[in-house]
Amino acid sequence: MTTDTNMKSPEAAAVPPSGPAPVKKRVPRGRKRLLTRRDRITLGFMAGVPTVLHVALVWVTALASIALAFTSWDGIGFDSIKWVGLDNFKQLFSDNPQFWPAVEHNVIWFVVLILIPTPFGLFLAVQLDKQIRFSRVYQTAFFLPVVVSLAVTGFVWQLVYNPDTGLINSLIGANKPGHYIDWIGDPHLNLWAVLIAASWRHTGYMMILYLAGLKGVDPSLREASSLDGANEWQTFKNVIFPTLRPTNTVVLVVTIIEALRAFDLVFVFNKGAQGTELLSILITNNIIGESSRIGYGSAIAVVLLVISLVVIIPYLISTFRKERSA
Amino acid sequence: MSTPTVALGAKQRTPLRPARILLHVFLAGTALAWLAPLLWAVFAALRPYSETSTKGYVSWPDTLNFDNFKNAFTQSDMLHYFGNTLIIAVPAVLVTLLLSSMVAFYVSRFDFRLNIFLLLVFTAGNLLPQQVIITPLYRMYLLIDLPGITMSGKLYDSALGLVLIHVAFQSGFCAFVLSNYMRMLPHELTEAALVDGASVWRMYWQIVLPLCKPAMAALGTLLSIWIYNDFFWAIVLISTGENMPITSALNNLSGQYFTDPNLVAAGALLTAIPTLIVYFVLQRQFVSGLTLGANKG
Repeated sequence: MTTDTNMKSPEAAAVPPSGPAPVKKRVPRGRKRLLTRRDRITLGFMAGVPTVLHVALVWVTALASIALAFTSWDGIGFDSIKWVGLDNFKQLFSDNPQFWPAVEHNVIWFVVLILIPTPFGLFLAVQLDKQIRFSRVYQTAFFLPVVVSLAVTGFVWQLVYNPDTGLINSLIGANKPGHYIDWIGDPHLNLWAVLIAASWRHTGYMMILYLAGLKGVDPSLREASSLDGANEWQTFKNVIFPTLRPTNTVVLVVTIIEALRAFDLVFVFNKGAQGTELLSILITNNIIGESSRIGYGSAIAVVLLVISLVVIIPYLISTFRKERSA
Repeated sequence: MSTPTVALGAKQRTPLRPARILLHVFLAGTALAWLAPLLWAVFAALRPYSETSTKGYVSWPDTLNFDNFKNAFTQSDMLHYFGNTLIIAVPAVLVTLLLSSMVAFYVSRFDFRLNIFLLLVFTAGNLLPQQVIITPLYRMYLLIDLPGITMSGKLYDSALGLVLIHVAFQSGFCAFVLSNYMRMLPHELTEAALVDGASVWRMYWQIVLPLCKPAMAALGTLLSIWIYNDFFWAIVLISTGENMPITSALNNLSGQYFTDPNLVAAGALLTAIPTLIVYFVLQRQFVSGLTLGANKG
């Protein structure tokens, strides 16, 4: 119920011919004059407390990351903070044997998620949207991995990948010494092994997003298209898919963010050792690993921040522009 | 294969055409494959290690029992870790809903000049990868002394620290969703209350909030599962094993019991049970929450 009302909100708000909009703008000014002093103070607290908390813990720390990226600091006392200019970045880009592999793996993570589980999730959504029997059962099966925590997912998949006791090796007879396929230990295999687990989860997530999108498609469009003699594929390609544009945008953004955030699975699998380095893991290793190089870790965080903002800013601008005009 | 006729007349006639049967076969097969890793974990967890180590894991079971579950639960003191999660998740969910609904109320009912800006700040903050802010946050938590308030005497390694970051981070997304929701409530409602001399707080608490129940329920379900499932904040911001919530504690346990995969499987499944229960009971809320805030990573 909530989904429907909210999903439709932009169109619903756009339907009445520009009547409510000016009223909406006039009302708050009039209302504000009615407010007592106490009301204003209450409002100040209501907006202020959450904003201060959010800004202090999220945005101030993000800015602090940027500042620290240009310093070196061992974390003990503030006097050991030294300005080092671009040194951290220079070292990161040229000396660190893990940095470029990590960037590459984050990119691969995104490419795999967008090319395999995303279309598959869309495909499943289209099939399940046909009002078939047992639809709920199928949906639950595909969606279950999204509900289970990524850490637990990591443990479950380790049982599948384990070289001598795992499901795969047991089935293909590679569980005897000398014949091991070390899915998690082999640097050529482990990233793909983790990505299968990540895709397993991502498919269900995408399926739900697309199912919600498909519910919003006007049934008369389908009818018109079939009256015109289009077959199922033509209807999907020319009629349904274009109307899913808003969902596609969301899916793209979600997938990029997921690829940048990827952490839990890899951490549980092998802590990002050989072959599964990720930017998130490198940053975390600077905190909970043996070495605490704060400036250096922050420099990696800045790289991650810049990549994220390249995605987040255009997305938010387009979302909020739509809201404003609605 | 005309979809519209199916869509329109699904109730009256669902002829079992070959295409439809094929679709069911495909979906059932895929669904089973999707559940396979979880079913495999269940199968492994139900068997004693001694049996699987001699017979191999892919073999007909002689004994199936709940011993591994019992052992994982008692030997590793899981109840204690579930308790830790509860101490973190319950306040975090409630405070997040309270604070984000207050911001949403403000931007959707009062200040239209600030609303876009404030919502941008909140929403963008929520989309950032957590690792972008962790280094300074970790340092900050170590610097903040709270003697007598937390066990560690600092914000670091305390349930309070985790609650604060969950609230700060998740309120971004909830504020955005709730403000959209509140904007659709008729303005006459609060208008009339204002004319009658109701205070702003009363308008929020007695008029707007009760109307937001469906959205709050959806967000509450979603938040519970997300915060329960959190691994990253707990791994970095909690150092004492005793203080860990269940997901990160599991990581320690599996290190301890790595020689017995069956026990680890049982532990992992036990950890997943509360989320599965929440999901099955509140499925509708969960899914609608997820699609409400589809911008969430």
